[in-house]
Formats: sequence, C-alpha cells, structure tokens
Amino acid sequence: MTNPVQAGAAGSGAHLEYVLRLGDNALILGQRLAEWCGHGPILEEDIALANIALDLIGQARLLLAHAAKLEGGIRDEDSLAYLRDAREFRNFTMLELPSGGVSSAGAMNPDYAITIARNFLFSAYQCALWTRLADSTDAQLAAIAAKSLKEARYHFTHAADWIVRFGDGTEESHRRAQQALDALWPYANEWFAEDRIEAAASMQGIGVTGASLRDAWLAAVAPVLAGSTLARPRDSSFVSTGRAGLHSEHLEYLLAEMQSLHRAHPGAVW
Amino acid sequence: MVTAAGHATAGAGPVWQILRSIPDPEIPVISICDLGIVREVSVDDAGVRIVITPTYSGCPAMYAIEEDIRNRLAEAGYAEVAISTTLTPAWTTDWMNEAAKERLREYGIAPPARRSAPAIVRFAAHRHAGPACPLCASQNTELLSQFASTACKALYRCVECREPFDYFKPI
Repeated sequence: MTNPVQAGAAGSGAHLEYVLRLGDNALILGQRLAEWCGHGPILEEDIALANIALDLIGQARLLLAHAAKLEGGIRDEDSLAYLRDAREFRNFTMLELPSGGVSSAGAMNPDYAITIARNFLFSAYQCALWTRLADSTDAQLAAIAAKSLKEARYHFTHAADWIVRFGDGTEESHRRAQQALDALWPYANEWFAEDRIEAAASMQGIGVTGASLRDAWLAAVAPVLAGSTLARPRDSSFVSTGRAGLHSEHLEYLLAEMQSLHRAHPGAVW
Repeated sequence: MVTAAGHATAGAGPVWQILRSIPDPEIPVISICDLGIVREVSVDDAGVRIVITPTYSGCPAMYAIEEDIRNRLAEAGYAEVAISTTLTPAWTTDWMNEAAKERLREYGIAPPARRSAPAIVRFAAHRHAGPACPLCASQNTELLSQFASTACKALYRCVECREPFDYFKPI
C-alpha cells in the first residue's frame, strides 16, 4: 500500500492543505463561540457554548498538530494557530462571520439566532464529514474523525433543538431565526463546491469531496427545518472563498484578538 | 528506593495498582482507570511506559491527569516514566465498569447509559430517554441542557423531587 504522505510532492501538498482546512475550521468557529463566554443569553447556554468551543479547539489542536507533522515539523500547532496571517488561514468563510451576522459590527452586537443557525448548519456538515473521514487512509486523521464525530453529534443535537424552539416559538424568534438562516445559507455553498485540493485528497483516500457530503447534510438539516416551521432558504450561486485563503474583512479582527497575546509574548505558557 | 531492574521484575501489576488509586481531577469518586483513560502499561529495564486516551478532544483535565500519574509514580520510586497519548479506539463511556457507575450515582451524578445505536436523540424524545434521578431514583426526569459543568456531563432535573443533577453523557 502506498503511504499517502509519500505519494509525491503535489499529493502531500494537498494532504497538508486538506488537514489544515479542517483544523482552521474548528479553530475559527471555536474562537467565535468562545466570544460568548460570560455573555450567553442564559447561564445554561453560556456553559453549552463554552463546552462546544472547547471541543472545537481541542479538535483544532489535534488537527493542527497533525498538519504541522505533515509539513515536516518546521512549525508546531501553536505557531500555526497564532503566527499565521489571515491570508494563510484556510477556514470556510461562514465560520469567521461575526456572531452578530454578516452585516453587523460583530461581537459588539451578537445575535443568538446567527450563532445557533451557524452551529446547526455546520455541525450537520461535520457529522457527515467525520463519518466519512473515519475511514480515511490517513490513520491519524481517521482517529481524530472518529473522536470528533461523537462530539459533533452533541453539537448538532444542541443546535437543532434551538432551531425548533426558535422556529416554532414566538413571532420574534421565528423572524430572527429565518433571517439568520437566509443570511448564512449562501455561505454553505463553499462547503459543497468543486475544489482541486479536495479532489486530490479524495483520489488518495485521505479526504472526501464536499459535493459527496451534500445529500447526507441535507438529510440531517431538512427534517429539522420542516419540524421548526422555518422555510428552507432558496439556493443561490454565491460561493465564498475562505478555504482558498480569500476571506471576508471579519477574519483579521478575529485573529487580532485571538493572536495578540501570543504575538506579544511569543512562546508564552502558563 | 527500588531499582529499575526490581521494578521490571515486578512488572506492570504494581503500576496498575497505583494508577487505580488516582482519582479523576473533576470527579474524585472514580479513578482514571475506572474511566478507561489508561489504555496500556508496560514496565521494563528502561522504565514505565503508559498510554492514555483523552475523554473529549478539548478535555482540560488531561494535563492534570498526566501530572498526577508522574507525581504518584515518582513517589513510588519510578524514575523513568514515559506517557503517550492515543486516539484509537476513541474513548467511550461504555468502558466504565459497574462499580464505578454505582459510585457516580451515590455521588449524585447519573451514570451513563450504555451506548445504543448512534442515532441522534431528537427534541421531542428527550423526556423519554432521560436517566433516572440519582437521588430519588425516579424515571421522571427532564433535560435542562445538553452541556453542563464539564464537557462530559449534561444537566437534568428530576420532575418528582425537583432536584437538578448532572448526567454523565454516553459517548
């Protein structure tokens, strides 16, 4: 059996890039959710989001440590998280959007509907993704996937519960949940759009293409939407470009906050 | 102090015994072995090698657990201890033994149910799928929050005795 890590320079480039994206997705959403710490709408939700953020940051650490190893050990997971600029991050654009929504000033004016709708859409995607990656030819990635899947299932249950409560709740909660879904839905297109890196990783059995996850994702999302009385937003042709390193204006602000301590005190530990 | 060769002759048994006496940092009534965190122990002339596995990816107690293992083994005279981490097989609450579950219940934490099919429990089903109250044993309990004081627990309330309680989530 060919070792995928040694399957040629182009191949190993795609391998690294693929794992880096997974790590960045977990890291950036983990940071966005951590912003709620101490600001949750009720105590239970404050704790829930902190726990979900912790899971994601734990997954990010495993994934980025693995990426660092694939890169050849030049950097470790901390340098990848704290010393890269926005252009070098490979996360999906949706995950960096402020908790207040696409057009708001961001963390200053957070909206729980946006946070929940994003967690709902993304955890459904992660469940589909980790299920498939548990069979990856990259043994370490398969191990991380099997572990992360268990956590993602709880994230999905949490978000899906709130989608039902919001949608089938008051007029106000219904209106805001629908608005959040409508705003975020186009950003999910990036997850399923054709892509060179995914195609290469999939050829090698390391990864899967986003397109091949769409049916499983919809099968998880659609029944919850139906039960919530919220309308499934209309599909569009918009495709964001975060995974290629071309981000929205929001990522730099997020990184400025997340990286400031490490950049001011490189290598700081406690 | 016992020599490394002496430890090697005694084998892994005494090390397991020490590890079984190390409590979980968050839930002191159960040990790190009850939880299934310690996966392998081997002892030879070079020292002790221990393989552990994290419960949740982001569990902050893993560092404390590693420290505890080093400290306790150092006290027992084990100078060379190498601890490594494995992710496979992924940790599951099914590894928890019945005695440990009973200690959890006495402590006020509902122990994890055995993991059935990995079906996602939906909203409406929560009320029927809940654990028994660890205080009054009533089956009439309700979910308050899927996430509680630590990553591994959910928050429930007993409808009979009205007491809130933690439930160790099956994973």
